[in-house]
Amino acid sequence: MGGAFNVNHFNFMLTGAVWTVGLSLIAFAGGGLLGFAIALARVSRNRLLRWPATVYVQLVQGTPLLIVMFLCYFGLAMLGLNLPAIVAAGLSMTIYVGAYAGEIWRGCIQSVPRTQWEAAECLALRRWQRMRLVILPQAARIATPPTVGFMVQVVKNTSLASIVGFVELTRAGQIVNNSIVAPLLVYMLVAGIYFALCFPLSWWSRKLEVRLNFAHRRQPDLAFAPA
Amino acid sequence: MSAVVSLEDVHKSFGALKVLNGVSFDVRKGQVVAIIGRSGSGKSTALRCINRLETIDHGRIEVCGHVVSDERVDLNRLRRDIGIVFQSYNLFPHLTVEENISLGPRHAKGMPLAEARRITAEVLSRVGLLDKLHAYPEQLSGGQQQRVAIARSLAMSPQVMLFDEVTSALDPHLTGEVLRVIEQLAAGGMTMILVTHEMAFARKVADVVIYMHEGRVWETGAAALLSSPATSELQQFVGVTL
Repeated sequence: MGGAFNVNHFNFMLTGAVWTVGLSLIAFAGGGLLGFAIALARVSRNRLLRWPATVYVQLVQGTPLLIVMFLCYFGLAMLGLNLPAIVAAGLSMTIYVGAYAGEIWRGCIQSVPRTQWEAAECLALRRWQRMRLVILPQAARIATPPTVGFMVQVVKNTSLASIVGFVELTRAGQIVNNSIVAPLLVYMLVAGIYFALCFPLSWWSRKLEVRLNFAHRRQPDLAFAPA
Repeated sequence: MSAVVSLEDVHKSFGALKVLNGVSFDVRKGQVVAIIGRSGSGKSTALRCINRLETIDHGRIEVCGHVVSDERVDLNRLRRDIGIVFQSYNLFPHLTVEENISLGPRHAKGMPLAEARRITAEVLSRVGLLDKLHAYPEQLSGGQQQRVAIARSLAMSPQVMLFDEVTSALDPHLTGEVLRVIEQLAAGGMTMILVTHEMAFARKVADVVIYMHEGRVWETGAAALLSSPATSELQQFVGVTL
């Protein structure tokens, strides 16, 4: 590259942005599955499920995501496990999202009134039926705005993967800047692209929150409707 | 006739607070029993112990052959025999009236959809709300929600029904429509235990009135008891309510 900022630089950054989106999707999918399991384990009556889940959440919440990335990329390499940057970054993001989403969803499950559990219990429904048919559909509705809000954090935090050499948007910006040394322009563009990715999510989150708080209309939840 | 519900010397504390202090009574098949008493007298707790929403510290409770006070009791089988209706209705807000009612028969009893729907329509017409089949709970008045809650309980064809102050959240007009449904059930021979503040209603439908005071059965007898209390506590209580 070199010289003045040109369209090739911009295309290179857009390619980085695609990887940012890709890493975010890996984080949503992997972290979402793990977070769901963590949330269920955290509200379980079984201590053997509850305890490890609690320890996991505490550990991850008390560790910077950057250090988790270092451990997955450089740390595991010392043990002979050389993960490609995308895998190490995806794994780190999954670990991170799993803990935070798990905590958000645990709170949502527990905010469904106790009386709903009781009513379901009195209809002779088994514990998992109560969870699946009565509690989770209501918790899912409560969980949507904070979850979408958290997704914005996830997208922005994928920028930390630049440290382990994964060429996503931030790393692409750094590379372009190293070549042409125009930090104000380059990082303004990087910021602009992040904003373009995150703003629709924030906007959606706000909209969902308003709908939940004010309109209070309930629609049949297809995902959890009794079969 | 043998007792459908029987409590023997039941004790229950919440921490240092003694709520039930040796409660004993029997309910026979087809009987309507009204439990009255002040707030904090232990009447709602006694009711919740009968279907094991609360566990007891001492004593024995038996319902339809299930020894409720036994730790190993099969709770799901017990709950198929006992229906309960709560003060705050506790309908499931994300489900329609039909889904609320058919949930138990379909998933707890494993009934086929068509059969569950037929039963739903039947119990809903018994409470006079067949036209609300596809409504959501929030679209109904308090009285209608409570009638749906009664129908939801009826759909499980329970042997005994428990009513925990089911009209306390309703205004007098809506209270009337709920009480009429309960009266119909009584006329139909349903065994029922009602915790209630509606003295006139207790007098009208109850075969037996139990007055609870300080966690004990203070006085018990036919509904006429309310007109001629033996203890000063009941006299005072009736005097205050009437």
